[in-house]
Amino acid sequence: MCPTIDIDVSLTRGGFHLDVAFTAGPGLTALFGRSGSGKTTVIDLVAGLARPDRGRIAVSGEVLLDTERGIAIPAHRRRIGVVFQQARLMPHLSVRRNLAYGRAFARARSDGIAFDGVVDMLGIGHLLDRRPAGLSGGEAQRVAIGRALLSRPRLLLMDEPLAALDEARKAEILPYIERLRDEAGLPIVYVSHAVSEVARLARTVVVLDGGRVAAIGDADTVLRRADLLAVQETEAGAILDMVVGETDSETGLTRLSGRAGILSVPRLPRSVGTLVRIRVPARDVLLATQPPVGLSARNLLEGRVVSIHALGEAASMVEIDCNGALLAARLTRASVRDLALAPGRIVYAVVKSVAFDPQGVGTARPEAVEI
Amino acid sequence: MLDLTPDEWTAIGLSLKVAAVATLASLVPGLGIAMLLARGRFPGRALIDGLVHLPLILPPVVTGYLLLLSFGRRGVFGAALAEIGIVFSFRWTGAALACAIMGFPLMVRAMRLSIEAVDRRLEQAAATLGAGPSAVFLTVTLPLAMPGILAGGVLAFAKAMGEFGATITFVSNIPGETQTLPSAIYSLTQVPGGEAGALRLTLISVALSMAALLISELLARRLARRLGTG
Repeated sequence: MCPTIDIDVSLTRGGFHLDVAFTAGPGLTALFGRSGSGKTTVIDLVAGLARPDRGRIAVSGEVLLDTERGIAIPAHRRRIGVVFQQARLMPHLSVRRNLAYGRAFARARSDGIAFDGVVDMLGIGHLLDRRPAGLSGGEAQRVAIGRALLSRPRLLLMDEPLAALDEARKAEILPYIERLRDEAGLPIVYVSHAVSEVARLARTVVVLDGGRVAAIGDADTVLRRADLLAVQETEAGAILDMVVGETDSETGLTRLSGRAGILSVPRLPRSVGTLVRIRVPARDVLLATQPPVGLSARNLLEGRVVSIHALGEAASMVEIDCNGALLAARLTRASVRDLALAPGRIVYAVVKSVAFDPQGVGTARPEAVEI
Repeated sequence: MLDLTPDEWTAIGLSLKVAAVATLASLVPGLGIAMLLARGRFPGRALIDGLVHLPLILPPVVTGYLLLLSFGRRGVFGAALAEIGIVFSFRWTGAALACAIMGFPLMVRAMRLSIEAVDRRLEQAAATLGAGPSAVFLTVTLPLAMPGILAGGVLAFAKAMGEFGATITFVSNIPGETQTLPSAIYSLTQVPGGEAGALRLTLISVALSMAALLISELLARRLARRLGTG
């Protein structure tokens, strides 16, 4: 089985050099990095909206571009859907005709998704007869996603589709992107500089920095390693998949159980047995070398130190293996020395907060929750 | 009420016909040149730009004389076109050609500005949805540039209704064939007792120009509403 995306390109524009090579499989791949790192350029190159000086791009085994062999399929024949940062809907067409726009060109391909199915999935049925000018940012972006889907692409590129939206609108759209990833079975490349989005959505993360690939790997591996992130090291953290358990009506705490152990979090309105993905920021993990006593924090995970990386002058990132699940803690170097931490050492991790995905439309659940 | 003589009616009818033909015939070439100037990057672009704008700057009588030299019966193109039955000199078709040439810079300018104002990111989005270059042009560029294209058409029509110098130089002032509204007004001012007729036609001329402007304004508003910007 060939990789979904296989890219190896370089280009120079003014003072900016891009030299990017990576392969990614199915599911959602996040392109992560600060602005100016080359994320959007990579999207433009894959979509065929820009040409590299040199390189090769293949999607699902089909070569779209190969400068050496003189292959350059134009954008309109690539069958790659793009959702841009701004929705870029056609202002002179109704929502219905915007949605149908790409469909007209894809008519020859009988496979793919039905119009009504997409409209239902994105919740835009009531907007069909409106004009794009009358839509909110979130509505316009959902229409843009639907329009891209209905052109029956083999790959969907999303270029910071939430960046222009406020938090409430983001929370409104994220579930749709998850459904897209899980139900439509469409490979997605998702550009973002927000750790929370990447943590929530991505299977694979490609970190770009200064036009180069700084890191690539599974979302949980990359996001745990602050030194790999190259940006926002304070945002680094572990990703844990947990199963929702019973909620204690007296304390209002919901039990989450996972490989790492058990965590109690404020009441989580999800049914028992649901799988949730949580992010534990490294800065909110404390370490103790003995089981702590007389501590207000309730969430304690036992594990073994795997590795210790220096982070700048004064800080260290400690990776802990908790029964197979990896956790990261950001400590001062002085603490690492005083606790005599070293790989193999048994430690107790005190988890001060976890970040949740806001679940469902319009739920104003805070991003990170003290526990 | 205005009491027009048959000759005056003829001049009005001829003017409308000449202006309509001149405008309609220059729409497609005008759009092509506007597209080329707005989007093309090629050597000689400045030359084409200059040539298109030349009639705006040259004295109309010079443009008319150049037309006579090239499209007259013994002109370079005129002789060849006469072979296949197309004659411009001293015909109403010649008047239409002169009007089209004189209105062309105005038309191209309006179209070009509106094409340049089209958001190219929308065209990119259309391409990612599977639209090839011609489909992008027909479904995105053209509809979005339509207000400017219409404005260009109206400007060219208004210019054609008022064109005098190049027309009279190229195809003279023959009642019923090449005597358009301005030529008729000119003739009336040259004969004793023609003032009343000249005034009547002047009023008609003002009314027609106003009507053209109003119609274009209405169309532009309706389009703006359709584009969601109004």
